[in-house]
Amino acid sequence: MVMSWIFTGMVLISTVFAMFLGNGSALAAAVPQGAQAGVTLALSLAGSICLWTGVGKLMEHIGLTAILSKMLRPLLHRVFPGTKKDPQLAGVLSGNICANLLGLGNAATPMGIGAVQRMKDPLRPHRATDQMCRLIVLNTASIQLIPANVAAVRVSLGCATPFDILPAVWVTSICSASMGLLAAYLLGKLWRHD
Amino acid sequence: MIDYIVPLLLLVICCMALSKKENAYDLLLSGGADGLKLVVSILPTLVLLLTAVTMLRQSGAVEVFSSFFAPIFQFFGIPPETAILVLIRPISGSAALAVGTELMATYGVDSPIGRTAAVMLGSTETTFYTISVYFGAAGIKKTRYTLPAALIADFVGFFMAALTSRIFYA
Repeated sequence: MVMSWIFTGMVLISTVFAMFLGNGSALAAAVPQGAQAGVTLALSLAGSICLWTGVGKLMEHIGLTAILSKMLRPLLHRVFPGTKKDPQLAGVLSGNICANLLGLGNAATPMGIGAVQRMKDPLRPHRATDQMCRLIVLNTASIQLIPANVAAVRVSLGCATPFDILPAVWVTSICSASMGLLAAYLLGKLWRHD
Repeated sequence: MIDYIVPLLLLVICCMALSKKENAYDLLLSGGADGLKLVVSILPTLVLLLTAVTMLRQSGAVEVFSSFFAPIFQFFGIPPETAILVLIRPISGSAALAVGTELMATYGVDSPIGRTAAVMLGSTETTFYTISVYFGAAGIKKTRYTLPAALIADFVGFFMAALTSRIFYA
């Protein structure tokens, strides 16, 4: 339903602006051009999506997520103290973070939801705990080792070095995740009333 | 060194699979088939969203919009052309992909704007969607400070995307 509003809003804004700015013919041409560009984008992503879905399946099969989780354990204990007493929580949590790292969105979501469920406060089950907020921040900061889709788009637009954005993406993700965690920590100190 | 990351990752996981006597090739193939289904399912979304985004661009709305937000964006060193991407990114992943692709095509993939758009796409997530999926499925109603904290993380991401694109590739 949200997308219906967004789409209608975009069409409405375009039409109104074109009327005021006298860009009617360009607007009309934009409709078939945009539709064509949508197919082009989907096709230019197709190869990369197929390859990386396969790679993702392979990584899950050989247990790469499990290996990565073991390496991340010490860090996990610091950010999520609850994992020290609850090994099952530690399992789903590190699984969620590692799946995100490897770009396996489909595998990350169920483990993330499982982690949220295990973090519930039994006295107030409908209230987000501090650990949940941190988990969401880590998930929305998108720490991904290889942003394959963006690289595919860059290749399709004629970029010769699609992966040269990797250092920038890593630095950016690490900064946004750590600032998000810091913000969550500080807000957690202030947010005591409910 | 960066050039070898992706080829080495492919090599390492294939070798690991072979050492565990897993059929690496078949797994890659069956995953690829799943991927193809995913492509088919997102194609109509991308057609609709790129139609809307191209309309916004050709109507002149994007330019008006960017110049309206330009003072704030310039203050933080973020190219004002990416304003529409910054606003849509936390709400819809495919719309952000459509906007980002259109930005890269319009200003050039290796231009500072195109690169900033690429880094933004690669290092941020669909915040509102993630919160609604995780908390919705687990039955959490009081989200407390989750949204402000996540939006602060997003903002730092946009800011750092512009900064790293400017410094690393000058």
